[in-house]
Amino acid sequence: MKTLLKLDLFQWFFVIAITVSFLLMQNQFVWLKEFPKEFIFPLSAILNSGMEWVVDYSGWFFKGISWFLEWPIKGVRWLLHFLPWTVTVFLFCLVSYIASGWGLVTFTLLATFYMVLIGYWVESMNSFSLVAISVPMAVLVGFAIGSWGFFSERAEKVIKPTLDFLQTVPAFAYLLPILLLFGFGTTVGLLASLIYSFPPMVRNTILGLRQVPSEIIESGIMSGASSRQLFWLVRVPTAWKQILLGVNQTTMASLSMVIIASIIGGTADIGWEVLVYLRKAEFGGSLVAGIVIALIAMILDRITSGLAKNSVTYKPREKSFLRRNKFWFLAITGVLFFYIMSFIFPILNQWPESYFISPAKFISNGLDVFILNFGTQIDYLKQVAFFFIMLPVKIGLQLSVSPYTWGFELTPFLITAYFIIMILFSSWCFFKFSKDVAVGVVLFSIFIYFGLTNMPWLPLILIYGLIGFKIGGLKLSLTIVASFLFITFTGVLPQALLSIYLCGIAVIISFILGSSLGIWAAHNDKVSAFMRPINDTMQTMPSFVILIPFVMFFGIGEFTALLAIIAYAFVPAMRYTEHGLRNLPETVIEAARMIGCSQAQLLWKVKIPLAMPVIMLGLNQTIMFGLAMLVIAALVGTTGLGQLIYIGLSKADFGTGMISGVSIALIAIIFDRTTQAWRIKLEKKTQ
Amino acid sequence: MASKEIKLSCRNVWKVYGKSPDDFFNKNNGNVSDPLKLAQEMNHKEHIVANANVSFDVHVGEIFVIMGLSGSGKSTIIRCLSRLVEPTAGEVILDNEDLLKKSPKELTEIRRHKMGMVFQNFGLIPHLNVIENIAFPLKIQNFNKDTCFEKAKKVIELVGLEGREENYPSQLSGGQQQRVGIARSLIVEPDVWFLDEPFSALDPLIRRQMQDEFMKIQSVLNKSIVFITHDFVEALRIADRMAIMRDGFIVQFGRPIDIVMNPVDEYVRDFTGDVPFERFLKAEDLIEKSKSSTDNMKIISSTTPIQEILPQLADSKNGLAVVDDKNKELGIITPQGVINVMASAGSKKVQNRK
Repeated sequence: MKTLLKLDLFQWFFVIAITVSFLLMQNQFVWLKEFPKEFIFPLSAILNSGMEWVVDYSGWFFKGISWFLEWPIKGVRWLLHFLPWTVTVFLFCLVSYIASGWGLVTFTLLATFYMVLIGYWVESMNSFSLVAISVPMAVLVGFAIGSWGFFSERAEKVIKPTLDFLQTVPAFAYLLPILLLFGFGTTVGLLASLIYSFPPMVRNTILGLRQVPSEIIESGIMSGASSRQLFWLVRVPTAWKQILLGVNQTTMASLSMVIIASIIGGTADIGWEVLVYLRKAEFGGSLVAGIVIALIAMILDRITSGLAKNSVTYKPREKSFLRRNKFWFLAITGVLFFYIMSFIFPILNQWPESYFISPAKFISNGLDVFILNFGTQIDYLKQVAFFFIMLPVKIGLQLSVSPYTWGFELTPFLITAYFIIMILFSSWCFFKFSKDVAVGVVLFSIFIYFGLTNMPWLPLILIYGLIGFKIGGLKLSLTIVASFLFITFTGVLPQALLSIYLCGIAVIISFILGSSLGIWAAHNDKVSAFMRPINDTMQTMPSFVILIPFVMFFGIGEFTALLAIIAYAFVPAMRYTEHGLRNLPETVIEAARMIGCSQAQLLWKVKIPLAMPVIMLGLNQTIMFGLAMLVIAALVGTTGLGQLIYIGLSKADFGTGMISGVSIALIAIIFDRTTQAWRIKLEKKTQ
Repeated sequence: MASKEIKLSCRNVWKVYGKSPDDFFNKNNGNVSDPLKLAQEMNHKEHIVANANVSFDVHVGEIFVIMGLSGSGKSTIIRCLSRLVEPTAGEVILDNEDLLKKSPKELTEIRRHKMGMVFQNFGLIPHLNVIENIAFPLKIQNFNKDTCFEKAKKVIELVGLEGREENYPSQLSGGQQQRVGIARSLIVEPDVWFLDEPFSALDPLIRRQMQDEFMKIQSVLNKSIVFITHDFVEALRIADRMAIMRDGFIVQFGRPIDIVMNPVDEYVRDFTGDVPFERFLKAEDLIEKSKSSTDNMKIISSTTPIQEILPQLADSKNGLAVVDDKNKELGIITPQGVINVMASAGSKKVQNRK
């Protein structure tokens, strides 16, 4: 054991020594600091010419599919435009009633009327038409693949990692290859949304079918069901709720992607409106349009989740034909009624433009006044965050500390003092806690002094590889090293580091914020009840919309991106922490109380350690959410991989876009694997 | 008993989980000379032995109970009989045909007509109401709705669920849910009835009540039954014959009273130790050869429980005559005879406990 400890420390010592020597020598040898340009593998160019070849030789095939798929879109759009708005609203309300009840009907009525009133009815229906077509397709595809994965273990082994990958590649990165293959048009949005939204359906189908109790299956078999009867009459109906939850997630993902896809333009939908106003910096308009997206998201979420919930409350079957089909009759009568009425009262057919009310100007003006009055405070807030948090992490204390920023110069004496203090602190940690903490302190002090983006590439790979090795063994370590080598050799390491820096800060803040809120909510029912609808809304909201309020107040830039990521990513940290703390075994808590733990001891010594695996799952999800939002945040001006994807998209540079997209996915995958491995380690400890 | 016709029989059935369980049986043309040794070898090679060399017969109209603790292999063996679990080796013979040689299609047909099964946690289909659940086995045979519901009504009456037809399983109590399970298993009028711990998930009071009703139903229908339980007292109450399982093996066979009186080893003795054996005595256990004529005696059946014998015995000085189900006279019961049996059994039990 002792020799092992020595060996362990020696590995760290070796890696840190290399890091320090690289850092000291990097001014003499440029290749130590930056990966030499000559060695960058021209993958981007190869991908581009490959894509060109595909488009040249089989472009007609994809264009044909595109042409074919445009018809249903056109059809649904035509129908939604043709129907008087009152008919559509009536149908939405009827479905709301079936799914949930009068509460949701009221909400749907108000929300749709808002869309009509501000003059975004047509745009909203354009977005909805894409969702309405892509969801059934995604549901069918997802259900078929899910059933296949359920029956064939071998298929599942292929399906699961493919889904993992599809869900970690940022949504933006899908758009480009689809755009190149299928050509400009509404089909791009449809296909992107299809690809983005079918994975949750697959997962929920597999999960649902797996969860059917074995006795129910056995009772089906003993009743003499053939395997087809067993599937359709026993397995699927019993798994129905989970399958409908899959439909819910698929719908939300589909909407999110439809909105993102409007970035390529030409769709005349609501996402495009938001984007146009954002680009013009008319935030009132973008907020008004953004609220429409939020409302659509909420309606679709409540309806689909309501249907899932309803599916397990069984009511006695109605006897008479009329009562059994009452909703159909109601629908037909209602549609006819409003259709006829719309001829008598044209306002029920089309809301006249002169009646549009748009608060956009008003909001913009109000915002201007606000910024005029509080501009200095906002700038101050931004600067503090920049000088004391973001810059030190990005370029290090060595470059960020100056009389202009921190108010003093970084003299050699201060540098020496910094390192001595850090070394002393590290040794204190070694004796007080453990060698891992001590090593962490050393690495942290080096990172903060030189800055993450100034770290030489080779030590970076070594350090992260070793961390992976300590946490998850050789396999994890190799995954990490291979991913970093891909990023390095394709030449996007500098951008990747910028992304990791921004996302890293956001994740840490989100996690601290989220888990603190989670602890609070776990001990206070009022806080929990207050936060639940907020969390629900944040999670169903298309990520695009979350940007809007932050851009309004803080303008374009990294700080805005940071806040937007935090707003999106703190939710899972909070949810999982609360869930973990609330679901601890009661007996352990009672035992700890009887032993005489104080409230604080109970929390820190009993509850949190026990809930740690669940909290770690929250951290994992926070990282995934953060990375997803990072790419969207490129719209408001971040540097890094997100920006690179965005550039690739606007220049139709397939290679660059793809490499950046894959790099983000790789970063997501290695952070995912690392936190998972850590969680498993903790779980073994607590069980 | 031996004269009775055999309905279902299980011959040297093995169920082994692991990487390559078949290898153990390919060696000697499938002949196993020393099951215990083979099971040890399997365990040694990281295979799990769920059933080892299990053999028994179930007679027509008999309740055969398999009793054991959790993990003893009792649930696996009942699934081997119905081929919900594929046995690794052995034979399962139903009506002189080997079930293990049947194709999936033939098997489905057999299940549709000859077998019924009741599950511990009921196994009801949640989205179907009571009558639909019960009629499910008929529905999948494409019977028309009226036939389904007509037959379903009959079994609903049999299990006493009238008025609950429209309810869904989640709206029923445990006892009622199990009545649905029982009704469903009976709707195709099967010959063989499998019950896998049917009353274990119920409260003790409800359990007693259900056992009584089960016995009543059986007295009407006279099925051939395999009944699984971990409750020794339940086994004694309802069994005609029973087997006790441990670690996949059957450790003891016999009528309940035989097992209570003569447990083969410590394991069985642990069960029998606290059982008041007197309660499970039946007429046939108390018989002595008659020296005098039995003409004036009252006649009782050999399966009459002692609770019913004692009051009758108190009224008749000479004793009671015992006949079997073919009305053949087996012997008589006298008060002194009862006392003798109890005394000898009691002393035996005390010895056993030491």
